[in-house]
Amino acid sequence: MVIVYGVVTALLGAGVFFTLVGSIGLLRFPDFYTRLHATGKCDTLGGGLVILGAMIYHLFQYSGTLLVIAKLAFLVFFIFIANPTATHAIMKAAYKAGVEPWCLGEERR
Amino acid sequence: MITLFWATALFILLGMLLCLYRAVAGPGVFNRVAAVNVIGTKTTVLLVVMGYYFERPYFFDIALLYAMINFIGTLVFAKYLERGELWS
Repeated sequence: MVIVYGVVTALLGAGVFFTLVGSIGLLRFPDFYTRLHATGKCDTLGGGLVILGAMIYHLFQYSGTLLVIAKLAFLVFFIFIANPTATHAIMKAAYKAGVEPWCLGEERR
Repeated sequence: MITLFWATALFILLGMLLCLYRAVAGPGVFNRVAAVNVIGTKTTVLLVVMGYYFERPYFFDIALLYAMINFIGTLVFAKYLERGELWS
């Protein structure tokens, strides 16, 4: 059980790390496209890792309710498909609306 | 082990607070929509973690529903900003 707790702790810690790095990127980067570049990947991976840790915890703590694990697996699958699609849709809309990409030496926007 | 889930929820809340600054003060509508989308994804993860903290598995159904509504809302908003109208 100690090994399972260690694995769950490592997965939750990695997920929190990626989530916080994505949030700092959204806060600190100079441009719209670079901000979405930071969050579109970090947030997907962070959420997936946290839910994966929860799945492993559930499998060894409350064994017998496999429906909940199926729900969480579907949630990971859906986040991994839907989040990059939404990011791509916003970025394409901004590109068609005429948001200029940031070049080196320009002002922060 | 419950304390670990509590700490995870606290750090996710900190990340949501950082995104909320961008959603309030970000220049232009696209920054705000992107920040709200990121907050929605973090809310899905937060619902799962809070389901383990309160030991209520019904929270996962709410998390599934919230993920779908967040995706559809972001997609509709992006299409509206791209075309200028919804039905065309």
